[in-house]
Amino acid sequence: MKKSGAQILIECLQAEGVDTIFGYPGGQVLPIYDALYDADLRHILTRHEQGAAHAADGYARASGRPGVCLATSGPGATNLVTGIANAYMDSVPMVAITGQVPTTLLGRDSFQEADITGITLPITKHNYIVKDISELARTIREAFYIATTGRPGPVLIDIPKDVSAGQAYHEDPGPLYLPGYSPRLEPDTAQVARAVRAIEESERPVIYAGGGVVSGFAHGELLSLAELLLAPVSTTLMGLGGFPGDHPLSVGMLGMHGSKYANYAICDCDLLIGVGVRFDDRVTGKLDEFAPGATVIHIDIDPAEIGKNVGVDIPVVGDVRTALQRILEKLQPRLATRWRDTILNWKKEYPIEFEENGRIKPQEVIREIYNVTGGKARITTEVGQHQMWAAQYYTYTRPRTFISSGGLGTMGFGLPAAIGVQVACPEEIVIDIAGDGSIQMNIQEMQTAVNYKLPVKVAVMNNGYLGMVRQWQELFYNRRYSYTELQNPDFVKLAEAYGAAGIRVTKKSEVRPALEEALRIPGPVMIDFQIEREENVLPMVPPGEPINKMLG
Amino acid sequence: MQHTLAVMVENNPGVLARVAGLFSRRGYNIDSLAVGRTENPEVSRMTIVVEGDQRELEQVTKQLHKLVDVIKISDVTVERYVDRELVLIKVSATPSQRGEVMQIADIFRARIVDLGAKSITVECTGNDGKINAFEESLRSYGIKELVRTGKIAMLRGIRGVQTQESGVRNQESE
Repeated sequence: MKKSGAQILIECLQAEGVDTIFGYPGGQVLPIYDALYDADLRHILTRHEQGAAHAADGYARASGRPGVCLATSGPGATNLVTGIANAYMDSVPMVAITGQVPTTLLGRDSFQEADITGITLPITKHNYIVKDISELARTIREAFYIATTGRPGPVLIDIPKDVSAGQAYHEDPGPLYLPGYSPRLEPDTAQVARAVRAIEESERPVIYAGGGVVSGFAHGELLSLAELLLAPVSTTLMGLGGFPGDHPLSVGMLGMHGSKYANYAICDCDLLIGVGVRFDDRVTGKLDEFAPGATVIHIDIDPAEIGKNVGVDIPVVGDVRTALQRILEKLQPRLATRWRDTILNWKKEYPIEFEENGRIKPQEVIREIYNVTGGKARITTEVGQHQMWAAQYYTYTRPRTFISSGGLGTMGFGLPAAIGVQVACPEEIVIDIAGDGSIQMNIQEMQTAVNYKLPVKVAVMNNGYLGMVRQWQELFYNRRYSYTELQNPDFVKLAEAYGAAGIRVTKKSEVRPALEEALRIPGPVMIDFQIEREENVLPMVPPGEPINKMLG
Repeated sequence: MQHTLAVMVENNPGVLARVAGLFSRRGYNIDSLAVGRTENPEVSRMTIVVEGDQRELEQVTKQLHKLVDVIKISDVTVERYVDRELVLIKVSATPSQRGEVMQIADIFRARIVDLGAKSITVECTGNDGKINAFEESLRSYGIKELVRTGKIAMLRGIRGVQTQESGVRNQESE
């Protein structure tokens, strides 16, 4: 029996194990939405396509399975762009499906036509426009395969309306044939041997672990390696949760807003073991003074990351988990006891701390969120000061519990991402730690949370500023607060207008009761924490400085 | 140093944009680029001349490899190879100057491909040095128009830049 392209699409998605998609209808996806009407596939209607993309991203990060979003042609597709770029920068497996004008109208500046494959070329792992219905099933299979294997990333499939509305037999596309795509999983034995030797010769090793540990399910192997060596482990923002933050060997986050002891450890180590990282500028600070005396081992699945920013002495290219297993098989443990004690002293000497006063400190709010949830919540964030406080003051002990826009730094990510996380983890507590600026970038998704009864809690660190930009203006632009002070809506009324609950917190004593109340309320809640207005994120490495020269 | 890369790509629409876009957004310069199909109609070969040190070249190569449509990349410059480029030059030449121009063309083993009342168009193939020298020797007559194909290159000897792929094949369907 012949089927429509839209039906074939849905059958293919189901065959890939997709249970939920996030999307927004429009003209050129009408055939797809018609097929969705009675399909056994959950569709979450967001209020903006960007929300759909971030929700799919959050779903993927929380579950480890690919997220799927769907939008119409033209403006629908371009609204996905920020979400796709965000997933690309953080290597999140995602399949974005866009409608397109019929093939006969392509290239004529037709109504709601945008060259979305051209637009997303630099921000997708790969993309497709399906001009022939007979290619549809094969394309979808390839897209999921590419999105989820090797270094994960977003893949876009653009489907013209005559393809989704066309009729064809749904035939199995047969085996995959991708002559130019072969991610290397098994590391080279010589590389592994060199890494093992360097580790055994090292006296002051430090492990620098990133998002690759989380996305590569390598947290168990990472823990074994650290304990075998007594090596301190510092994680990047993306790596938080990849190593238990309450472990004695954890030195927390490194880089611009990392802990002093993490940055000191990096600068003093004789061996840096980078695991699933990309030596981002926010991590390294001034490049030539980053780990200056260290031999650098870099373990990553993407060969292009080796030597991209920092010279690497020993590359180990392969799946991070496999590579760590191979190293562990060969490694004779050598305990860096003295080094460990030095680090433990630094941890005592330079704790991450803030000054309390009578007002509400954002750091305190984050600590209370940790206490009230017993550290068991899934935290998403927007981007800015609150994001850094959420990284510094909440202790993440499990992978996929801290979900944040790392590479692209997308304000407006946290709320739709929280929706995706809640869909993936319906039984868990999901909290979006937000700022008053960021939350307004996708606030419309409160409606999505309300409609689908997704009990996400939004904790707004409201200081009436674009806080991080204000902090830079204070420190580097002579306190000239150019357009960073915000006139905000009444967040409580706004939450209520969406049908959610709203709580305002203006006193320190109200912080904990408000959080407890929010957790008791079965639906979505927005809490407006009116925090100290000019609190800064510290410690801080000023831009262009080496990471051991920190303010605060 | 200049490197000549032979890049085998799947003959898919948009592949040129993918490769060119990668060069521009990563800040690598393309000195010349020539594309055409190979003995296998599903595979095209791009000959890309890039300027850069070893580290830059390594990055270019690795980033190119990340493109799903790129099957194989070889730096022919590190081996023994031949390279050729074709140039068409339209030169001002009055009937009295034709003889001189034709003589120069002869020296460079170039061919006359068109003759007008006031111009001659010549075709010449060779490596960079020869083409540059040819162009230089015609300059005094007045070059009206000049077009170069960009360099193409091939390894010497029996060994070629293989097109056989290392990628995913016969993946079990689920």
